[in-house]
Amino acid sequence: MDHFPGTWGRPRNDVYGAYDPSYLQSTGPKTHTTSPAVTGTSVVGVKFNGGVVLATDNLASYGSLARFTDTKRLRVFGNQAVVGFGGDVSDMQYMDRLLESMDIRENYSSHGNMLNAKNLHTYLSKVFYKRRSEFNPLWNHVLVAGFDGEGKPFLSSADLLGTTFSAPHLATGFGAHLAVPILRRLFPEEKPIEEISREDAVDALKQCLKVLFYRDARSLDKYSIAVITKDGIDLKEDEQLEGQSWAFAERIKGYGAQAV
Amino acid sequence: MTSLMDHQARETVGYSFSESTAGVKQHGFYPYTDNGGSTLGITGSDFAILAGDTRSTSGYNINSRMVPKVFKIGGDDETGEGATIVLSVVGFAADGNALKERLDTVVKMYKYQHGKPMSVSACAQRLSTILYQKRFFPYYVHAILAGLDEEGKGALYSYDPVGSYEREQCRAAGAAASLIMPFLDNQVNFKNQYIPGSGEGHALAAKKPEPLPLETVKGLVRDAFTSAVERHIEVGDNLQMVIITKDGIEEVYHPLKKD
Repeated sequence: MDHFPGTWGRPRNDVYGAYDPSYLQSTGPKTHTTSPAVTGTSVVGVKFNGGVVLATDNLASYGSLARFTDTKRLRVFGNQAVVGFGGDVSDMQYMDRLLESMDIRENYSSHGNMLNAKNLHTYLSKVFYKRRSEFNPLWNHVLVAGFDGEGKPFLSSADLLGTTFSAPHLATGFGAHLAVPILRRLFPEEKPIEEISREDAVDALKQCLKVLFYRDARSLDKYSIAVITKDGIDLKEDEQLEGQSWAFAERIKGYGAQAV
Repeated sequence: MTSLMDHQARETVGYSFSESTAGVKQHGFYPYTDNGGSTLGITGSDFAILAGDTRSTSGYNINSRMVPKVFKIGGDDETGEGATIVLSVVGFAADGNALKERLDTVVKMYKYQHGKPMSVSACAQRLSTILYQKRFFPYYVHAILAGLDEEGKGALYSYDPVGSYEREQCRAAGAAASLIMPFLDNQVNFKNQYIPGSGEGHALAAKKPEPLPLETVKGLVRDAFTSAVERHIEVGDNLQMVIITKDGIEEVYHPLKKD
């Protein structure tokens, strides 16, 4: 019997070498919050006539391990806004708790006017900026969807540095490389969002998620999608990617140069 | 059993966190990024122009084609109505926004407390102080402040990230500053321009700089940006031009190349 609890549950030191104590440092600055652990990949969103659509897949990865396959990364705020989270999942859960408590506080307040998506985005970006300025970042890149103060569709992004920007279609992470070009082709800038139908927007996001599933190694074919309109939020959290075609895979041999 | 006894004898087992031999770990988090873009300001005898492109980038990605960099400061509402001072910020956009909001608040507070709008020169000094207060964790931006001075002349102040500032006739900042600034030196301050036939050989008299009319300056701004767009990948999409005259602030947008 090994009477030393410090060695329990760890690889044997005689076989694997002594444990590197720098992982359990008690002095110096905290460093574990300066890199993400369990992460979600892309979030994609598009504005259409009368609303916004937002989608993410349901995967939370631990490095290259597909750790949790039913993670809901779209969080509803009130009944007029949705936040899609990419990046660290525990930071997402913390921010969700912040939003939850703010929502409850707002609901109990006497003035009655609820925070819209634009207000929510301002709040989130200030939380991000404050935390990055304290060198204790919340490791996320989020998209906020809903309506602004004038009741127009609103879609905006905020990230761990506090950087913000808005566009008719947005995507975080891998989606910025793979989904945005698809969306820019489908909905060119000249085309006003009034000419984009809800169906077209939803179909476009499904197409983006499919391309992301083909090429982003940290993605999943199970996804969540939220359609925000004046009538409320239509959130579906257990969707399955349809119409996948892996026929091309049969023709791939070796690393590309192989002819046989 | 013997093997277990062995290994206890061979090594000292301790709580691994009791002592640490490693030095202080470096932070892996870098709190800045560059969002590209360029800004430019030119003054005349009774006006000032501040302009910037509206592209926001991160690396080779275009975040958005419509993120304005020029802001009205100290206006009465969200639209900036009633403002007399304009600020442009280029560099790290999150710092730029924080800086803009701070200066906006300060200028508003000044008006509420003193019952008169803040002068550009006072605002310029205050902006320098705000920047210097963060000397050891700077706002990573190049700011340009513009307005009209007490005599009604165009006033332009340019800053470095830690608050050094100077009043100038014209200034380009940001990603394409090195492309635009020499053009401005030549076209606004007439550098390297000489009057033909004014002397023997190369001993010609230099052309004296004089305040340019508004329409000429508008043309220079547009030319500067169309040229910068050709040669800098972080500049493009739209040109935002804010013109400050005694009649108020006019804001116009022109399309730029989107490639």
